[in-house]
Amino acid sequence: MKALEINNLSFKYKDSNKLIIDDLSFSIDKNEFVTIIAPSGTGKSTLFRLILGLLRPQKGDINILSEGVKNIIGYMPQKDSLMPWRNILDNTAVGLELNGYSKKDARNKAVKYFESFRLKGTEKSYPNELSGGMRQRASFLRAIVNNPSILLLDEPFSSLDALTRRKMQTWLLDLCQREKNTVFMITHDIDEALLLSDRILICTELPYKNLKSIEVSIKRPRNYETTLSSEFIELKRVILNILDMLEDTKEEVKNEEI
Amino acid sequence: MKRFNDLIFPFVFLVFILLAWEFLIPYFEVPNYIVPKFSDVLKVLWSQKELLYKHSVVTLGEAILGLCISVIIGISCALSIYLWRSVGKTLYPIIIFSQTIPTIALSPIMVMWFGYSIWSKVAVVILFCFFPIVISTLDGLNGVDKDLEDVLRALGGSRLQIFLKLHMNSVLPNFLSSFKIAATYSVSGATIGEWLGAEAGLGIYIKRAAGMLQSDSVFAGVLVLSFLGLVLFSIGFLLEKILLKYRRKLKEDNYEIKKS
Repeated sequence: MKALEINNLSFKYKDSNKLIIDDLSFSIDKNEFVTIIAPSGTGKSTLFRLILGLLRPQKGDINILSEGVKNIIGYMPQKDSLMPWRNILDNTAVGLELNGYSKKDARNKAVKYFESFRLKGTEKSYPNELSGGMRQRASFLRAIVNNPSILLLDEPFSSLDALTRRKMQTWLLDLCQREKNTVFMITHDIDEALLLSDRILICTELPYKNLKSIEVSIKRPRNYETTLSSEFIELKRVILNILDMLEDTKEEVKNEEI
Repeated sequence: MKRFNDLIFPFVFLVFILLAWEFLIPYFEVPNYIVPKFSDVLKVLWSQKELLYKHSVVTLGEAILGLCISVIIGISCALSIYLWRSVGKTLYPIIIFSQTIPTIALSPIMVMWFGYSIWSKVAVVILFCFFPIVISTLDGLNGVDKDLEDVLRALGGSRLQIFLKLHMNSVLPNFLSSFKIAATYSVSGATIGEWLGAEAGLGIYIKRAAGMLQSDSVFAGVLVLSFLGLVLFSIGFLLEKILLKYRRKLKEDNYEIKKS
């Protein structure tokens, strides 16, 4: 079953005539973890904003298929974006409050996740009292607590230091292997993409048109050791080659413009 | 101990200044009508306490009424500018323009329009107070975390829900700091309004006293005025303490090692 379907999507911003997305089609299956890798500043966040319904495409459609009545998307931006005036528990429960839960019920439901999100004891703390990794986990919990049809993660760990990032990656890996969420993630980090994903989409030409899809056939359960295995390194080489090719075409385009 | 130090130094300094005032004036033989001794000011404060009280009530009433209306106008202006682009384009330049005219020059016009009633004074107070509220509230609205807005929208929040949960809260610190500024302005506004025409109020009290070269009464009036300003400022300060509890917690933890 599909969780997200994008058909012949085209988009450009009103005040420019340059297409950002040109006739793009792809889909994500339910319970699938898909990552998109593309050079920065090419419009990955635009793609996310289109899926979130914050931007309207000129052409094509985006379908989020869910069992519930209302489409709920769990979105985790680059920064943790927690509300400084709410404690961690109320921050994570806000999605439930927006969907008709009373404050009390929302808290009761959210607090159950605190153990597995390693946030126990922080319920009454305010965001600025927590470490970056904890804030990121709280932001993730906020995205997930409503049981969303799909999770969109926009470079979720890019603001963390390398050590914390590694910890968070393995934590997310364990969580997703257990819970089987449908996830669509943007990242620059090839290791992160390979470790977590079932499938990696790589943007091979600009504007976004055809995405190269690479199955990550490394068997699960994975752990951080996986990043040292030969099949992991083999796949990494494949991806690096594709990205190198893209870099070249991008430079050619620049030369033409001059 | 630290708390004690925080209190004792300002107190000692204040006492030092007042003692210097008290004893240097006769030492340098400054005439009484230029600067009165501090004790003379205190004497007037005591002997004219009923009169000063009567005038204070008038001034405070004008200031509070003007401040309340300024808050309402200020917030509505900021909201309409934020919500509707065209309103913003129209209103914003006018608001800026209204502040480039010296407010004191506008005040006589207020007297012409509203006469000697309380409303001419209230109008002057509004002229002084609404500007910082509009600008600061608007800055707060524009500074709302866009990512956070997207997150809440994605989670299924309606525009109204997001406004109530996100915008209202993120704008609060900006609003309260502008309220503190406006609160101190409001007393100046009321005083100026009274100078231009009033039957009662501390502005009139000071004007009359100055006319009779009773500098001790003038100083007493000024002291009461600054006290009124302080009272109104404290309201803002208290609101901050109550509404922005999370901030205080932040400050306390600033120097502690963050939990990991």
